[in-house]
Amino acid sequence: MRLCGYRIPMMASLLIWCVLWEVVGRLGLVFLLPPFTDVIAALGELAGKASFWNATVVTLRSFVVGMIMAIAVGVPLGTLMGRSKAADRLLGMWVNIFVSAPLSALVPILIILFGLGETTVMLSVFLFAVWIIALDARAGVGEIQHSLEEMALSYGATPVQLYGKIIVWAALPEILAGIRIGFIRGVKGVVIGQLLVSVIGYGEMFELYSRNFLMAEFWALTILLFAFAMLVAEGVGSIEKRVGYYAGARQ
Amino acid sequence: MQAVSSPPAYPVLHDASATSQAVVQVRGVHKSYDTVEALRDITLDFPRGALTSLLGPSGCGKTTLLKIIAGLIPATSGDVRVNGRAVTRPGPERAFVFQDFALMPWATVQRNVAFGLELRGTPLRERQATARHYIAEVGLTGFEERYPHELSGGMRQRVGLARALAVNADVLLLDEPFSAVDEQTRRKFQEDLLGLRERERKTFIFVTHSIEEAVYLSDQIVMLSRRPGRLSRIVEPKVDHSGTPDEIRRDPRYLDTVEEIWQVLREFVD
Repeated sequence: MRLCGYRIPMMASLLIWCVLWEVVGRLGLVFLLPPFTDVIAALGELAGKASFWNATVVTLRSFVVGMIMAIAVGVPLGTLMGRSKAADRLLGMWVNIFVSAPLSALVPILIILFGLGETTVMLSVFLFAVWIIALDARAGVGEIQHSLEEMALSYGATPVQLYGKIIVWAALPEILAGIRIGFIRGVKGVVIGQLLVSVIGYGEMFELYSRNFLMAEFWALTILLFAFAMLVAEGVGSIEKRVGYYAGARQ
Repeated sequence: MQAVSSPPAYPVLHDASATSQAVVQVRGVHKSYDTVEALRDITLDFPRGALTSLLGPSGCGKTTLLKIIAGLIPATSGDVRVNGRAVTRPGPERAFVFQDFALMPWATVQRNVAFGLELRGTPLRERQATARHYIAEVGLTGFEERYPHELSGGMRQRVGLARALAVNADVLLLDEPFSAVDEQTRRKFQEDLLGLRERERKTFIFVTHSIEEAVYLSDQIVMLSRRPGRLSRIVEPKVDHSGTPDEIRRDPRYLDTVEEIWQVLREFVD
């Protein structure tokens, strides 16, 4: 980017915001906002604590298990909806309701059913991520070039071959896009789940920090989570780009 | 690969020699979609080793007929026999070339060409060798590891053709294969197809809406009328292919046939 003839480095905008944060923090205008350097220091401190690493393990475990379930259910569900009109009519309404519903409201029900533990958090990750994955898989499968399917059939593909060698591959860009958004929603799910359960993982730490006004630690953890969500999304995004490169040439 | 021993179960409509000559027999085929009648009472023979064109105005059901022969669409009534056996679904003795190429964008030329063999479970080494042979046959040597989006339209259709050749089917079904490529490529392609027909000795069934193309390439031209598609006329152009392409296109016999067909088809145009 260029401004007034000067080349501006890529991360410049981020730097501006960090400086602004530091200045506002130093001025002490809002007590909720400690200086940025304090937050970075807190981040360093966190990394030294065993409780932080325990919480990280618990959080990652819930996230990973929840996401695996969401993908394992969402992709086949979406594929079924994309292939069968009857299934689409039967399930489409529910998937569309859930994809836009405020799912946080359902977490207390999960707590009643599954208690204040990791199961509830895993299920909230699942619940947040699965619908968009299903919906995107449905879109991908529903828009497969018809001749590609005819081609496979005309060369004698069995149903298993048709799905394994054509349908999944042809829908892969949409499936991956769904998984990427699903990951971002899953991060939301793990945070909201843990906050509402509030006795495990980062939820417990958030609860502790905000109750005791430990704002530097609070922001350090928040930044960490944001960075994690972005990193995961970028990771899937880079796979997507590789696939999109081939699929971009869909005739 | 398949036994051709099944007796000619059909009531004798033609004499026995004609039956053995015809690799594809279409008998009384009707096709309706809901209330729309697409094809009406089509009875046809496709001689072995010949190139037959299906020609007619758009919407006359020529692609539908081709897909019924391919076993991709069921006929409403009537039946189709290939090598004497009734067609209910696609089979290894038929291979299809698609108008929009139908290549897998995520697979290389090599894998696309070998795909029919891959589905049959042919060992990797064997199917790669076969694919390479037919890639060379259609003039794409050096492009084995390219992806379809890196190729021009004409080259993509060559991949489609190589894929159909690689499964070693008796009958090649081509659905307007040159309609999505430019005129120069199209002419080159027509030459190649004639050469291929000489070398491969296969039966070609070819859907086109170009009268010139049909006359130039075909041994037999089947004209279909406007919807519902009915058999309008069968013409055998008997164009002499010994001359150069330009000479052939100036040959009175070629020009007369084009004109004759145009006179038949123009009544469907309004």
